[in-house]
Amino acid sequence: MVGPSGVSLDTVSAMSARPRPTSFVGPGPVDVALDVNGRQVTLHVPPRRTLLDALRDELGLTATKKVCDEGTCGACTVLVDGRPVYSCMTLAIACEGRPVETLESLNREGALHPLQRAFVDHDAFQCGFCTPGQLMSLVALLRENAAPTEEDVKRAVAGNLCRCGAYPKIVAAGLAAARRTERAERLERERA
Amino acid sequence: MSPRVVKTRIEFEGEVHEELALVEGEDLASWPEGHAMAAVGKPRRRIDGFQRVTGRAHYTADIVLPGMLHARILRSPHPRAAVRHVHAARALALPGVRGVLHRFNMPKTPFRGEDSIFRSEVRFVGDDVAAIAADDEETAEEALRLIDVEYEPLPFVVDLEDAIREDAPRLEEKGNVTQSESYSRGDGDRALGACATTVQATYRTSTQLHNCLETHGAVASWDGETLTVWESTQSVFDVRSGLQRALGLPFSKIRVICDFMGGGFGSKGGAGKYTIVASVFTRQLGHPVRCVFTRTEENLAAGNRSATLQHLRVGWRDDRIHAIEHVSYSNSGQGRWVASPTGPTNALYDIPHVSTRSFRVVTNAGALSAFRAPGYVEGTFALESALDELADRVGVDPLEIRRRHAGATLDVQSGTPYSAKRLLECYAVGAREIGWARRRTAGGRGSAPHRRRGLGMASQIWGGGGGPPAYAAVHLNPDGTAVVRAGTQDIGTGTRTVIAQLCAEELGIDVDNIRVLIGDTDAPFGPISAGSLTTASVGPAIRLAAADARSQLLGAASGLLEVHESELRVERGHIVSRGGRMPFREVFEKLENYTVVGKGARHPNPEDAVLKTFGAHFADVEVDTRTGEIFVLHIVAVHDIGRIVNPMTAASQVEGGVIQALGFALTEERVVDRITGRVLNADLEAYKVPTVRDVPKITARFIDVPDTKANNIGSKGLGEPPIIPTAAAVANAVANALGVRLRTLPMTPARVLEALAHRDSADTAGPSAG
Repeated sequence: MVGPSGVSLDTVSAMSARPRPTSFVGPGPVDVALDVNGRQVTLHVPPRRTLLDALRDELGLTATKKVCDEGTCGACTVLVDGRPVYSCMTLAIACEGRPVETLESLNREGALHPLQRAFVDHDAFQCGFCTPGQLMSLVALLRENAAPTEEDVKRAVAGNLCRCGAYPKIVAAGLAAARRTERAERLERERA
Repeated sequence: MSPRVVKTRIEFEGEVHEELALVEGEDLASWPEGHAMAAVGKPRRRIDGFQRVTGRAHYTADIVLPGMLHARILRSPHPRAAVRHVHAARALALPGVRGVLHRFNMPKTPFRGEDSIFRSEVRFVGDDVAAIAADDEETAEEALRLIDVEYEPLPFVVDLEDAIREDAPRLEEKGNVTQSESYSRGDGDRALGACATTVQATYRTSTQLHNCLETHGAVASWDGETLTVWESTQSVFDVRSGLQRALGLPFSKIRVICDFMGGGFGSKGGAGKYTIVASVFTRQLGHPVRCVFTRTEENLAAGNRSATLQHLRVGWRDDRIHAIEHVSYSNSGQGRWVASPTGPTNALYDIPHVSTRSFRVVTNAGALSAFRAPGYVEGTFALESALDELADRVGVDPLEIRRRHAGATLDVQSGTPYSAKRLLECYAVGAREIGWARRRTAGGRGSAPHRRRGLGMASQIWGGGGGPPAYAAVHLNPDGTAVVRAGTQDIGTGTRTVIAQLCAEELGIDVDNIRVLIGDTDAPFGPISAGSLTTASVGPAIRLAAADARSQLLGAASGLLEVHESELRVERGHIVSRGGRMPFREVFEKLENYTVVGKGARHPNPEDAVLKTFGAHFADVEVDTRTGEIFVLHIVAVHDIGRIVNPMTAASQVEGGVIQALGFALTEERVVDRITGRVLNADLEAYKVPTVRDVPKITARFIDVPDTKANNIGSKGLGEPPIIPTAAAVANAVANALGVRLRTLPMTPARVLEALAHRDSADTAGPSAG
């Protein structure tokens, strides 16, 4: 069995490859300037505050879910610098100057993102609690790889647990969204 | 018409009860087979899909109220200890702490037979000792560490088989083992002596943890008059009853809400201690209070599927199964009941002599709770494994053995006819889809020389007929749209969408024009979302309410249009008469805010029929004899539950059930340390729930013939059937592949290798499970 921590190790190493300049802060609250879904916000939080808690409790962005709070389930997956990270394993202060994207950023104009549309069309969720994390893992995949294989899709969500067992339909939805996105891009290229 | 009282039989979680029911008016006949349908039977996207994929679905854990405080619970580090004193002064002195509750200051709160939620003797690691309310969760967490508790540790036992032994510490006056159920027909176990061939074996299953992704939790808010509680629950009405008992408030002063719910597999059946903690705090402190479990708490104190120890003896005579004996022990932890694994042995096959007994064993571990087909999942694994062992012994194909005993049209326990039974059709479809004809008694070669391949199957029986009481109201707006209100909840199964489809069908309007309001005790009563009973209980009430609204609509239209009612009908949002078609809103625009309110109540189950669901799973597996890994290649799941309302969400139910069953079969096992009583894997790292990587090809098939005797929609439940036979089918396939049987779940690589190493030994049981 592939452990659900596969993605987290990946993302942890990606984070540590780009350390912040070392300076000691805390233990009291400090100002943290964040770019969340394209909006500049400054929070006053203790350095130990995770990105997950900052998003949910400070910014009211509750799409991102807390399930294990210890990097084992993927429900809190968001994008930092365009890459999926477990926000429960990421400190808010480590995200200064790096764009953070949550599920709330996907359909700001009201229309569903192709992945969201595919999830609804394929019934790729049951209770829906893991869905935000599944979607963000797949958003990252489709940005890097417009034509993923089934294996690519499975790898992308291997760190996102779904207890209802919507997996077959999550994979189908991921592939369908990729086909739709790729077709749209091809049409756009042909027009250009 | 005034209501009358009748008796009705209802099956819930494997037990049949006779109950009184209030009946009003006449029921509708079921839509017949082949009836042309506009909305029912069509794959339909969920009507709440948009909210779920955009993060706008608000779950209990997402509720934030002005001035809300956060509660956390202090849990026992001891498996058993007397609580002598609780010193909370240091915790209360921490800035931000608002209150503390414990054994010695808690108001009387009757809960599951005890007078307080904080016991004088804690009985498992994780048992509730005290609670803190604070301005934020971090402060509450910190304050827990400042509470000093004086414990007096007491002798304990955590393991099922240790607790059965004579020298085990005695946890209850009656002893640790109590008989919970017994059943026999024919000559019972005496008939085994008359059999030519007898197979005898012992099976073990491990404790499975629900791990709903949204943990148990509640937000309670007292406004001085009314208590409003948001709770992640499978039953808003059972939460209300629990709060009424614990707090002594009348129903009219309690409102329970569950709009979106992050997973429920049986453990979210009523008010928990955390609900009462949040409710007592909000009444004392005048602020809303949130109490939501961490993952660790979820895995210590939110219930589990009992580990079992099961002994079976099966006797063969005159080319049939002549007699069967099944004795089962379940680790109920600190639970007050036990789910009986012997249910399928009693009910599934036409065997003349049956004798079964089921025992509840108490231990110092967290209480069991219902877990998706409680008892039947564990029992079916043992029963269906034993049948395959017998088939091997007597040299009869396992599917053929089952065919010989699965054709009865009368319930084998009561002699009453089934309302419908298509189990033999399930076998035929499943055998075709998996390619049963290529099964060889000695298994087959796998994809490499050290890999073996095998096929296996198992049958399923379960209730799922539902029953009263369940109510619905349909408000038909003057613009031709409708709002349905019912006291059920959607725990992820798609109930909202199924309700909209049933209402749309009867009203003759589009699903998109229907809003479904559920998950609120301010609606008419609806039952718990458990026992595979929601569609079969609530669905018929929805249909009756919609029919009532339609009939009132036609009556009003008749007056407005001055056409006799019998000449009018409803079709796709229009009133149709001989003269033509007119949209609802045109008919009613003069009436402005007048609303048609239709109501419906679930009628009793038929007296002359037994309602059951049936199914069969087939498994194709490959086993690596060097590493012990089991690769499930394909599961074919065939179910007979009557009419399928929504084929898309129904397929999701089956896939989800199969996947959860594969966890139970292959990887999921709570491990409790015998020395300290601690759960060693109360997390999602070491406790292995299936990931996307563990999912085989799954083929879901339905017989999809309406059970017109069951109820007015012809459907039975599907929540639990698909988790019941998978583990047995996989175990039988593994035995076919290897020529050696694994009698302990989960079938981990270590247990496979051990079984291979002891190929010649009679009993291949691995280490016992906690």
